[in-house]
Amino acid sequence: MALARSTAEIAALPPVIDKSEGYWASVWRRLRRDKVAIIAGLVVLALILMAIFAPYIAPADPLSGRITRRLRPIGTEGFPLGTDELGRDMLSRLIHGARMSLLMGVTPVIIAFGLGSTIGIVAGYLGGWFNTIAMRTIDIFYAFPSVLLAVALSGALGAGLTNALVSLSVVFIPPIARVAEAVTTQVRNRDYVEAARASGAPGFTIVRVHVLGNVLGPIFVYATSLISVSMILASGLSFLGLGVRPPEPEWGLMLNTLRTVIYSQPWVAALPGLMIFITSISFNLLSDGLRSAMDVKQ
Amino acid sequence: MLVYLTKRILYTIPIVLGVSLVCFLLVHLAPGDPLVSVLPPDASEDLKQQLLVIYGFDRPYWEQFLRWVGRALQGDLGYSIASGRSVTTEVLRAVGNTLILASVATVIGFFFGLLFGFVGGYFRDSWIDKTASALAVVGVSVPHYWLGMVLVIIFSSQLNWLPPTGAGPGASSDWQPDWAHIRHLILPAVTMSVIPMGIIARTIRALVADILSQDFVQALRAKGMGELGVFLHIVKNAAPTALAVMGLQLGYLLGGSILIETVFAWPGTGFLLNAAIFQRDLPLLQGTILVLALFFVLLNLIVDLVQSLLDPRIQRS
Repeated sequence: MALARSTAEIAALPPVIDKSEGYWASVWRRLRRDKVAIIAGLVVLALILMAIFAPYIAPADPLSGRITRRLRPIGTEGFPLGTDELGRDMLSRLIHGARMSLLMGVTPVIIAFGLGSTIGIVAGYLGGWFNTIAMRTIDIFYAFPSVLLAVALSGALGAGLTNALVSLSVVFIPPIARVAEAVTTQVRNRDYVEAARASGAPGFTIVRVHVLGNVLGPIFVYATSLISVSMILASGLSFLGLGVRPPEPEWGLMLNTLRTVIYSQPWVAALPGLMIFITSISFNLLSDGLRSAMDVKQ
Repeated sequence: MLVYLTKRILYTIPIVLGVSLVCFLLVHLAPGDPLVSVLPPDASEDLKQQLLVIYGFDRPYWEQFLRWVGRALQGDLGYSIASGRSVTTEVLRAVGNTLILASVATVIGFFFGLLFGFVGGYFRDSWIDKTASALAVVGVSVPHYWLGMVLVIIFSSQLNWLPPTGAGPGASSDWQPDWAHIRHLILPAVTMSVIPMGIIARTIRALVADILSQDFVQALRAKGMGELGVFLHIVKNAAPTALAVMGLQLGYLLGGSILIETVFAWPGTGFLLNAAIFQRDLPLLQGTILVLALFFVLLNLIVDLVQSLLDPRIQRS
């Protein structure tokens, strides 16, 4: 029937190009329909806002406590979530805790995304001996279970925020580099890269235009799936006493110091862990939604 | 086959060497004097020099590394600075306890993970799949050290059914499968099993859904094969991956038990690691990490070999 159309009719049709949407627009359209991912995304957003505006939201000073009002239960007048072992307001400490906990959980993944994808993309694109050396070195770090590597490194370096961040970044570089190397090797052998090379495009341009555009998406999705693990591990390091130091409000550390009172105020003691859980599951669900919206296969 | 086996085993050697080098370097990464935990603050320079010579810390790094590897090959990992006991003895005793915990947790996690994964993949997008998938997401997202605390709150502090900590009478030397020991094992093992449960369920669900969409399943059904027969075909196709994931999870649990062992005061490698870190007992730290990492490398090797035996396609890739 289309064949029967006259040239004038075809010219009158709206141009097809207007209808097609960009890649990211289509990702957003699919993501928007995923209710679970949207709710998870809103929770993440709320947590980030809570961290940024902590001093304005928190009803009390997270560091000042009075021993006379220690270990009040949840629902106490003036202390809706009770008080901790030093009489500090739990609600305020949980709100302020979002700052350090999110920082400790997200920063290592960002660092590892930067370094890991650089190593992986360069190794995947260059191939040859550089690939062999880089990837075999990565394999050595990959040969350690992640928790063990994180604990061993921060244990050897000593407790503290910077050391914990360094250790966690080292833990996440190998998996990201591996994924980056795998997708880059695939893309490198595609026809359009071959065509670009044949047309005389310099290596840097090929990487910037043809490789990066096609590999960063999958690597990014993979990296977002690591944030949940990173949150759990980062708070875990603080829980062991290897992360931030008291009296800093940080969920893992709070869980550690409240461990002694699980017989007197069990539900107050469990609250910081609940926050870690909510954060970690939200990042996980958001990452799952992102992956199916971008149609990235693991 | 033989070529693949040989290649895979030879490939393990540089990994083992690299892993040993990382473990060795950890000690030298550590700030401060390696003897700081044994020396009294007012120790004379003479005593310090003597101890440096005794522990071999005065030699160049490469020599220390070679000596350390050489002794490790003979099963000698040096002596704990804090207790003076042989690191090998301490680590092996602890590994036994962690192995008990990690194997029970792997079995529990594997059972429920397979159940949720198969059910979810088979009845895709039904309510039963959504429930199973939700449980799996909870499994991979929950901070397990917190889950352990919550279980202790419920079953020890509130209901008083199970002991909160420890491994039972004389656990570090003679563990037996009797009630006195098993009741100590329940809470930590259940806590630990949540991670492999979630990971196995998610992997198997995706795998089963993928297998179900392949042409051969349609062919089997078109041939008139019953649902049970089709199911068995799917199990057969999913088995190599399932086993591989389980093997790796056992390795992760062995190496990553420190948080759970700290919560439950379980006398395993994690507990030892914790002690080594906070007493700055570097030979013990180095030895424990080496043994755990080598276990993981070995498990990886076994998993790859078993997988390639079950699925010959792997050897070709």
